[in-house]
Amino acid sequence: MAAIVLRVLGGVGGGYGIAALSTMLLSTSLPMPKAEAVLTASMASFAIFAGAIVWAFAARSVARAWLGLAIPAALLALALLIPGSGA
Amino acid sequence: MKDGFRQSMAWLHTWSGLLVGWVLFAVFLTGTAAYLRPEISHWMRPEIAAATPGPRDAEVAVAAMQALAPNSPSWFISLPEPRDTSIRVFWRDPTAEGRGFRSAVLDAATGQPVAARDTLGGEFFYRFHFQLHYMSAFWGRWIVSICTMFMLVAIVSGIITHRRIFADFFTFRPAKGQRSWLDGHNLCAVLALPYHLMITYTGLVIFMLMTMPWGIERAYPNQRGAFNAEVFGNAPPRRPLGQPAPLVPIAPLVEQARQQWQGGALGRLQVSNPNDASATIQLIRDDAERLSYNPQSMTFSGATGALLSTRGEGGPAAETRGVMYGLHIGRFAGPLLRGLFVLAGLAGTVMVATGCVLWAVKQRQQAAKKGQPGFGTRLAEHLNVATIAGLPFAMAAFFWANRLLPQDMAQRGAWEVHVFFLAWGFCALHPLLRPRRQAWVEQFALGAAAFALLPVLNLLLTQRHLGASLVAGDWVRFWFDLGLLGCAAVLGFLAWKVARHPATASRTRAAAVPRPARATS
Repeated sequence: MAAIVLRVLGGVGGGYGIAALSTMLLSTSLPMPKAEAVLTASMASFAIFAGAIVWAFAARSVARAWLGLAIPAALLALALLIPGSGA
Repeated sequence: MKDGFRQSMAWLHTWSGLLVGWVLFAVFLTGTAAYLRPEISHWMRPEIAAATPGPRDAEVAVAAMQALAPNSPSWFISLPEPRDTSIRVFWRDPTAEGRGFRSAVLDAATGQPVAARDTLGGEFFYRFHFQLHYMSAFWGRWIVSICTMFMLVAIVSGIITHRRIFADFFTFRPAKGQRSWLDGHNLCAVLALPYHLMITYTGLVIFMLMTMPWGIERAYPNQRGAFNAEVFGNAPPRRPLGQPAPLVPIAPLVEQARQQWQGGALGRLQVSNPNDASATIQLIRDDAERLSYNPQSMTFSGATGALLSTRGEGGPAAETRGVMYGLHIGRFAGPLLRGLFVLAGLAGTVMVATGCVLWAVKQRQQAAKKGQPGFGTRLAEHLNVATIAGLPFAMAAFFWANRLLPQDMAQRGAWEVHVFFLAWGFCALHPLLRPRRQAWVEQFALGAAAFALLPVLNLLLTQRHLGASLVAGDWVRFWFDLGLLGCAAVLGFLAWKVARHPATASRTRAAAVPRPARATS
């Protein structure tokens, strides 16, 4: 039961986080006008969210599931901190 | 979840679907009804005769508004279309506090306001399917968006769970208990799979700027207005100058717009500060003509008739969003394609319903080996009856209220909606008092009777019954009455099916024990 709760938390919370971070990064880094980039990134975000949830339940162990969510989230956050990644 | 990828996806599919299944059923069914929003609105206002849209509609509408609200700061005019042939107008009331709006339905031939009964019409199902009711639009939209995300996860994990998508097209083994429910669920799911994916994903996209605002926050920090202006082309409102200036004739502007749109029809008009030197007239193209819902429009000065701005196609991403929006609401679809959309929407509704029933059937079969079914199973069974059989009856009750509530009743439109929820509330309590199978049979039968009697009620209470519609060539009302009889037939069939089915008898639990396994192909 605890394992399932952890997967749900990871999938929903972590998944939304990754979707939000990727939307922020793509909104300012896609090679197109700014408003277009925001729309493209936002439209893609739900596919990323769904993918993250599937991963949270597909991974062999809870630890792997969380690691697989934490690493992309950290990389996205780092990329957002780099000056020049947008506003 | 050590038992493999497919099992974990099956688990995810079951729970993401079941937890919000009842909300999804209501969203799917009322959303399907929303494809017929203009037809429902037309049927629910029997005072209005069917007319034929003509080339002078815009002139008639503007002249009517000059009489109705010459001092209003803004007019919003929807012109007649073949599906709903009256002129609808909204205007900001200058004497009302705050942003008070008033509205009227105008006869397209004369421009006179029609004394139609107060009703939300098809607008109710349309609004309910994305923002529910009795709560703020904000919370309703969030709840529906979250449920839609569950739906997306259920679809994706459902596809992964499946090995044999193509074979399921042709697989239905009736009268075999759980196996039949699974076949039915798979059949509805795979037959309209592209539709289910499309409608779910585009539903999320429609509210994405609310649920996923982080791109705007990052790229336009504290400049949401700038983003909106760039994407949606919302020009800042012009302040009235206080210099009276008569509004230019509308016909030449409409002709100019027609040429700009290569013969495209005008759908809506928006007039700001009429009869002032700062007046603007915005002509918006009919959205039934284009796949993308991004409006094409031309804005003219109301005092001089000079073209101020033109809005055509946006960038590729903006048009993609517009097409997703357009695909979801299906306004572009002609009668045949719209019929297909309705069928696909019903397939989605049945998919959700069979999914919920399948879960309960499975639980009961497992419980039959161990003893009494648990609280969860009984709760799911209760909600299944109240939602799957109860909602259609509540929708029929809404139409009954439309015909029976007194014309001059205060808050009449709101009361039609209250009746809908009272009927649904009754269906939510009714299974507590009745054995399970009886509850299904009675609610389906009640729904069937309610739908079947609506055309009769129409004959007794209005001048627009089936025969009159046929003679007048009012095809919307004619097909609508027949459609009501069709709904009655479907619900009646379901009631008959459940009543006849031995395995659902709650009293004879022995019958629910799985029969000796037969060879399955």
